[in-house]
Amino acid sequence: MPGKLKAKIVAGRHLPVMDRASDLTDAFVEVKFGNTTFKTDVYPKSLNPQWNSEWFKFEVDDEDLQDEPLQITVLDHDTYSANDAIGKVYIDIDPLLYSEAASVISGWFPIYDTIHGIRGEINVLVKVELFNDLNRFRQSSCGVKFFCTTSIPKGYRAAIVHGFVEELVVNEDPEYQWIDRIRTPRASNEARQRLIFLMSGELQRKIGLKVLEMGGNAVVGYLQCFDLEGESGLVVRAIGTACTLEKLSSGSGTHTHPNTAPASNACNSPSKDGKESPLAHGCRSTHNSPVHSACSSQRLSQNFSVSVPTLIFTGMGSGSMGKDAGPLKTLLRQQTQTALEQREFPFFTLTSFPSGFLLHVGGVVSARSVKLLDRIHNPDEPETRDAWWEEIRQEIKSHAKALGCHAVVGYSESTSICEEVCILSASGTAAILNPRYMREGCLDLGGSDQRFEDPSPSSCGFCHIPYDELNMPFPAQLTYCFHCRRQKVPDVLFTTIDLPSDAAIAGKGCFIQARLCRLKKKGQGEANATAISNQLPFMEYELHTQLMNKLKLRSMNALFGLRIQISVGENMLLGLASATGVYLTALPAPGGIQIAGKTPGDLNTEQHILNIQKRINDTIAKNKEFYEVNPPDLTEEVVGSPIPEPRLRSRLFRSHSESSDELSELDLSHGKKDAFVLEVDDTDAVEDIHSLLTDASPPKGFYSCNTETMPGIYNWTSALQMFTSVRVLRLSNANLSNQALNKVFTDLCENLLKSFYFKLRSMIPCCLSHLVFSVAVPEEDLIQVAVTAVAMTFDKDQTQEKPAEKPITKGCSEAEDQLQFSLELCTDSSSINSQSSSKNSGVPESSHLSTRDRCSTWLELLRLKAHTIRRGSVKTSRRTQSLAHSVSSLEHSSPLTEGRSRSLRSSRSFGGSSVSVVKMTPLSFLPGTRIVKYVGIINMFFIRETTSLREEGGVSGFLHSFVAEVFAMVRAHVAALGGNAVVSYSMKDCVLMENPNKNQCQCLINVSGDAVIYIRETDQEVTGSTANIGLSCTSSADGAT
Amino acid sequence: MAVELDVFVGNTIIMSEEVYQLWLDGYTVNDAVKVRMEGGVLDEFDAKVDVVLSDTMDQYRTFQMCERLLHSPTKLANQLLFQIPPHRQATLIERYYAFDDVFVREVLGKKLSKGTKKDLDDISAKTGVMLKSCRRQFDNFKRVFKVVEELKGPLVENIRQHFLLSDKLARDYAAIVFFANNRFETGKRKLQYLTFQDLAFCAGQLINNWTVGAVDNMVEDMDVDLDKDFLQELKELKVLITDKDLLDQHKSLVCTALRGKTKCNLNLSRGLVNIATKLTNTKDVRDFFIDLVEKFIEPCRSDHWTAADMKLYLTHYTNSAHILDTFKYQVVWDRYMGVIKSCIFKMYHD
Repeated sequence: MPGKLKAKIVAGRHLPVMDRASDLTDAFVEVKFGNTTFKTDVYPKSLNPQWNSEWFKFEVDDEDLQDEPLQITVLDHDTYSANDAIGKVYIDIDPLLYSEAASVISGWFPIYDTIHGIRGEINVLVKVELFNDLNRFRQSSCGVKFFCTTSIPKGYRAAIVHGFVEELVVNEDPEYQWIDRIRTPRASNEARQRLIFLMSGELQRKIGLKVLEMGGNAVVGYLQCFDLEGESGLVVRAIGTACTLEKLSSGSGTHTHPNTAPASNACNSPSKDGKESPLAHGCRSTHNSPVHSACSSQRLSQNFSVSVPTLIFTGMGSGSMGKDAGPLKTLLRQQTQTALEQREFPFFTLTSFPSGFLLHVGGVVSARSVKLLDRIHNPDEPETRDAWWEEIRQEIKSHAKALGCHAVVGYSESTSICEEVCILSASGTAAILNPRYMREGCLDLGGSDQRFEDPSPSSCGFCHIPYDELNMPFPAQLTYCFHCRRQKVPDVLFTTIDLPSDAAIAGKGCFIQARLCRLKKKGQGEANATAISNQLPFMEYELHTQLMNKLKLRSMNALFGLRIQISVGENMLLGLASATGVYLTALPAPGGIQIAGKTPGDLNTEQHILNIQKRINDTIAKNKEFYEVNPPDLTEEVVGSPIPEPRLRSRLFRSHSESSDELSELDLSHGKKDAFVLEVDDTDAVEDIHSLLTDASPPKGFYSCNTETMPGIYNWTSALQMFTSVRVLRLSNANLSNQALNKVFTDLCENLLKSFYFKLRSMIPCCLSHLVFSVAVPEEDLIQVAVTAVAMTFDKDQTQEKPAEKPITKGCSEAEDQLQFSLELCTDSSSINSQSSSKNSGVPESSHLSTRDRCSTWLELLRLKAHTIRRGSVKTSRRTQSLAHSVSSLEHSSPLTEGRSRSLRSSRSFGGSSVSVVKMTPLSFLPGTRIVKYVGIINMFFIRETTSLREEGGVSGFLHSFVAEVFAMVRAHVAALGGNAVVSYSMKDCVLMENPNKNQCQCLINVSGDAVIYIRETDQEVTGSTANIGLSCTSSADGAT
Repeated sequence: MAVELDVFVGNTIIMSEEVYQLWLDGYTVNDAVKVRMEGGVLDEFDAKVDVVLSDTMDQYRTFQMCERLLHSPTKLANQLLFQIPPHRQATLIERYYAFDDVFVREVLGKKLSKGTKKDLDDISAKTGVMLKSCRRQFDNFKRVFKVVEELKGPLVENIRQHFLLSDKLARDYAAIVFFANNRFETGKRKLQYLTFQDLAFCAGQLINNWTVGAVDNMVEDMDVDLDKDFLQELKELKVLITDKDLLDQHKSLVCTALRGKTKCNLNLSRGLVNIATKLTNTKDVRDFFIDLVEKFIEPCRSDHWTAADMKLYLTHYTNSAHILDTFKYQVVWDRYMGVIKSCIFKMYHD
């Protein structure tokens, strides 16, 4: 008997009136776990019952502890008829199963009913006594910690990063079972909620088992999603990165990077020999059956399950071919590959890494596949879905290989379902990682093994191309890195990860979004799927062009946190790409945008073109000023004349290579800024220009980004406001053209942003961080956009300063000089290595391309467009102009008074004390605070339904209160775990179905995050402060009505 | 292109005090948007109508959801649905329970019943306060009345504790409850010149000196009902006008004290004493204020007394009674005249 679960029902408050005659309620509580149910006594005639029950004890397997939630039902006793349910609380026991997390769950939980929403609160105490179980064949994975955070959690260091873990479980959706016809909506909703709780518990347990198998103790970047496939079932799937985490001594603060932390050198393995096989644990999926075995249950034949080839984003341009393949790079690649290739999927869901982990970034890789759904016949064998994902992951893997990379970071998966069509998408960033982290033992960066030391300075190293210049996977313009002048860099870099903390940038970042709406014919089955999959490459291409143009318009050269979502509806496809643009000083300055007319001579057109050109140039200038993008002078110099210094260095570097002079000259000439040429006769271009110019920049004092931190802002103050916004637009005119539709969609997104700026204007100067947009087509003619983000204030006076710990451009180049010696040592082997590497990578790549003929047309398109790129030059001579913030004189009160860290046990309230403040943020940190403990993962799923939509204020009123209720329930659970904040919060799903004619509406929301305890950075003591933040008068009895 | 749904929810409540006031004042969303746009504060932000509309809608919905909680403000502090910083909670409550003086002046002393509620449209038309706002204010009065009605202890304190109001507002509510309970007549044309603050001050005086609570502070309704025993004792003051000797003596004392300064008119004395002796009658209690005006303030005014004259007169009138050796009801006299004096001071406008 591995565990004993104990629960105590203390009291209730604010219960609804269940007996109209007496205006009171006779409440009692049922506590259920697994198949065991206990009941409290009836507390008669009270809206604030004090049950103060005994401890209900459940003796259960730890497997059940992981799978099952504790289910608490509050009922109204009725002598003559059936007892009426007031509502339920589901409590996830999982956080009690780790040794370091919460030891008790205790607090007020909102009593939730799927029809009425929150109906009062209940105070509950839950404890678990876990017995040690040494059974090796156990099915549970208690003790494996889960984090939503996509970086190494604060206060921990990653001893080993094992790699990718994935799992999915399927079941029938209760909503579509026959019994649903005869049961009440409430019963159906509850069945669904409970099932999903169970499934996600099971999923987490199974993933935990895999992690244990690999030797890890935690999952970081845990991403769990639901696919509501309707008739064909319900899929819960999750991916994550298995790690072995070690807790840092509590003394080290937030800013302590794992590398500076005291490392245990005891286990320093002799890793000098790169060939020595690291890690025996491979990440193995349990369902590894070949695709075809599942074909019988798959209605769609293989011919039609078209996988759309990846967009390998890395910018366009006529390729310059250099012969130099960084010798070190090759060496490194070989060594790391051995470590990584043993893994089925060298994927990492992390988006930011300890410094030194990420060596080079290749570019974005993505794969999409359109599938037809069919009923899942046997829930115990989810092979079909597994095979689908396997296919996609293989594709991603091969794309990464084509980019000369052995790993994919910032990896994520998503789906979009409409009726029976499902688009599966996966994307990530191809990268080369430092092999040290893959191996046991050699963890500390100050390690002895110098050969593995990344030769490139960390501020620009990740920009250096990982692929072979001779066999570039796409046309790109390479130049020598503007930082170290030693390695090649692309002209533009797209990634799905966060900006590395030590990257050298100029100015601030900015939120860039490409939006696209495409009509499609309504269709059925395979024809429909084919039509969709034929459209996908064009959409990706268009989105890419838009991103490129917008990036140039802001005179930036890199995108981080790129997320492309393609959503399918019955009669349209929506594409939304969001990213944060940055000017990386290591990359060449972006060229401008040039407008050209096809029919020269026409005076009107010329004038028109001139006008547009002027507007674009003005916008670029304005943006430069706004984002404070002032690339260092050196860009100008390089463009003007080849300066001797870089050449000198490159010569030093490749003294044996005869062609070095030629090469460097060639490259420098390519350093000239190329302008994008947009031809206005082209309708697409008109549209592009239009969308370019309609994008309003945020008002003064506002910045926005979709990454964890805003590049260029470092001095956050502690005020923050997390928010969720949902907007649904009904297209009134069914016969819209693509262009009109695009405009509608663009306006929708733009207006949302404008709304945010307006609503949050009291927080200026402020930055909207982690802006996550998700689009859906819930019905024909409806477009839904849901956004979750956080607004954070910063101190505007110091925005220019970078904290001292961050490397500054100048300091970096000095450091490079010191590194040069070690670099030279390796040059001997350069020529040999470069050849072998080119062969190596050449073979898989060609096969990779040939296997996918379908993509050729699309790749050709890309090239065609690339040809239109001509040279132009836009002088970028604007100097710094500090931004003048106009601080609004409107109410300037911060929306959140700081709740001080509270002693969580003692302030846990009964009766009338006030509610403790729980902060929520989609980021992994809270500015001005230090996270001292992770108390558990939050993963909740709620359904809300109404049959009196009008009375609840229409759809908006309904959803408004539901979102507020979800926040409230998350906060309550966090507080009960002893936490005072949720980090890495995200709303995974928000599925809204309405039927205004029937006065009905249903909504499903899935949220997740990490519950934490934080303390203010200024506070020294960890706990023990019982600051009373309540109103003095709140201590009065709450029961008086 | 219709916006089918548009919500914005923050983890911490998002509200602007300006919009809250518009909501309280009963503006519809569209009118509120108009006011905000005209307000000009938004110009610097270059906000379009749709942005302001969406913001206003969100806030209106938030307020509507909060309204249920505001009905019992103590719940606001420990509810879980909204995360509201304490200072915001205080603002929400204080503003919700705030009222328009012009409106309250109309319902003061009226029975807080359905009947009165039906007249709200007339009051709204008369005062210019929007009907929605009238309803909220009226319901607030009724709610406070109902809760306080059955509680023991001091009225102001009870209101402050149960509704978490500021001291000033709690006192005003106490006055409203007091007026409603005793149904003082305040609507007559002659009383129209009195503001709510004048009457609230008088109510405060009555509560502090004439109620049961002024003597004993642990009875129900102690601050709402007038002290019956005291009212009975007031009858004894009749000697001041029925006893000829006493009357003359009193008159001469007052006149000596006032010599040369003001006219010495002891008809006023008859009026004041008559008010006192009739207070055992509920009907006459209701007419208390009208009596004060008719029997004292109006005669003074017709004689063109200044406020200073009147003060001087009342002071000497009260004090001289102490010198009368045959007058035995000094304590009752003080309790009575203390209140009368301060009420008249307040009610006598130059």
